[in-house]
Amino acid sequence: MADISPAPSNPPQTGTKPVIVARGVRKHYGSIHAVDGVDLEVQEGELFGLIGHNGAGKSTMFKMMLGLIPVTGGEIRIDGAPVGGAGGDFRTVRRKIGYLPENVVLYDNLTGLETLQFFAKLKGVPARDNVTLLERVGLIHAAKRRVREYSKGMRQRLGFAQALLGKPRILFLDEPTTGLDPEAIRGFYAILRQLKSEGVTMVITSHILAEIQERVDRLAIMAAGKVQATGTVQALREQMDLPLWFSVRVDPADFEAVRAALGHLPVGAIEARDDHVAVQCQRDTKMAVITALATLDGKVRDLTVREPSLEDVFFGFSD
Amino acid sequence: MEFSQIAAIAGKEFWDRIRNRWVLAVALVFTAFALSIAYFGAAQQGSVGFRSIEVTIASLVSLVIYLIPLIALVLGFDAIVGERERGSLDLLLSMPITRVELLLGKYLGLAGALAFSTVAGFGLVGVVLSAQLDLNALFHYFGFMLSSVLLGCAFLSLAVMLSVFAADRTRASGLAIAMWFFFVLIFDLLLLGVLVVTAGQWGGEALPYMLLLNPADVFRILNIFSLEDVRTLYGLATVFPPALAQPWLLGLVMAGWIVVPLAIAAWRFRLGAGRA
Repeated sequence: MADISPAPSNPPQTGTKPVIVARGVRKHYGSIHAVDGVDLEVQEGELFGLIGHNGAGKSTMFKMMLGLIPVTGGEIRIDGAPVGGAGGDFRTVRRKIGYLPENVVLYDNLTGLETLQFFAKLKGVPARDNVTLLERVGLIHAAKRRVREYSKGMRQRLGFAQALLGKPRILFLDEPTTGLDPEAIRGFYAILRQLKSEGVTMVITSHILAEIQERVDRLAIMAAGKVQATGTVQALREQMDLPLWFSVRVDPADFEAVRAALGHLPVGAIEARDDHVAVQCQRDTKMAVITALATLDGKVRDLTVREPSLEDVFFGFSD
Repeated sequence: MEFSQIAAIAGKEFWDRIRNRWVLAVALVFTAFALSIAYFGAAQQGSVGFRSIEVTIASLVSLVIYLIPLIALVLGFDAIVGERERGSLDLLLSMPITRVELLLGKYLGLAGALAFSTVAGFGLVGVVLSAQLDLNALFHYFGFMLSSVLLGCAFLSLAVMLSVFAADRTRASGLAIAMWFFFVLIFDLLLLGVLVVTAGQWGGEALPYMLLLNPADVFRILNIFSLEDVRTLYGLATVFPPALAQPWLLGLVMAGWIVVPLAIAAWRFRLGAGRA
């Protein structure tokens, strides 16, 4: 996917107008509670991540937000209008939405351009933007080739172009980077950044936590049909209160000096490795550790702090 | 209901069948069969060449009554279940389209393809034969084509209905075959059997009405009753009350066979929104 959009110079504005609101949403299949009392609020222009194990209820939640399946209880509103209701509202809401399903299935016998033409008709969007969209996702060279000949990544991009038809205000992206190579993933997120700067609200799921941890504004961790935690990655880290690790590069001869300097602090493990000392501590001891290490002046050659990753946070909440 | 949404789906279904040459293949099959029947239908009696429109239509009816239901069922059995199984149904349903619009679009597109092949295939033969037909014969031949289209639409409606009910494609195809056997092969035998076993005590009176419960039989009656010469060839004429044999009445019954299964399909598909 060509990275045609420069990163916006001004930080994207996330509004305070809730666009997607879920209140006490439940989905029961007999005795199975796929979704069991979920409250969510996604603000306008927000890039919101939804993560969880398989079977945590993400996909069910997605389908309910799209109105593909009805809720057993609770309510979901999109732009103020209840989801799932028939009548005029239903079409108005749907026209504001773009959806990229997980492992998108398109029609093998159509070309890329024809695929967009078909979905554009259904969305009631003029066909003139189709070529621009194919350019945007880097598929213009394959516009007249049948989807049958497309690779997995190309299908995914075409699915993404389909989701962008009619300039939707809200995007639902289910595992959108599946099958994309690293360069295409960068291009994909560049497009998301641009959309965000235009005020588009996006909900995204991904298994690759490292990929979304630096890109989403906020996220919700789902497990067992419930939202276990919601917030920015940093807020969740703090909430989970996971230890962080210092890596202190010193000459092996100075290992003991490091130990001594930190001896009076409530740090966790202090382990001597090949060329550094690994120190584990809680967040509230972080500054004290740095101050103590500063007293070793000259002996510390380098210092890195490893924050708990989203993966650590995720397992903390979902286990 | 928004017509543009129905048209978008119908257009795709129709052009898919044009592009993969389904329409062409079916039209050619119809042309080939109709021509052979018209010219060689009497070969067993030792003569070759076009004889009369009555005999030709009677022979064509016997053929079409097997062929068109089969083609329609094969065409329609995976209309919905196919999308569901491939995984493209969710994306379609996330569009600003209702389930009923999607179903109607599917049906109309497929019905259009089937009607187009039927009219093209038999129409071509009609043009070839037209030099040897008078206006009355042409009228009958046109009636035959029209009723063939209706027959196709009725079985297509049944196919789309089972496509909504079936859990997967395999079951849908099994059901389609079962449906073909039932309506085309078993139904008449069953009626006859009941008649014979009860020595005409039971079912004799109701028989003509029972025939209306099978679109294939309605098609047969529609065609043979419009042809004086043929009527006498069929024993059916003796049990079928002329009052029932009005073309408009039979046409109405056929329309019912198109509308009712489709309505049941729409009802079930809308209900499906509650399960999925």
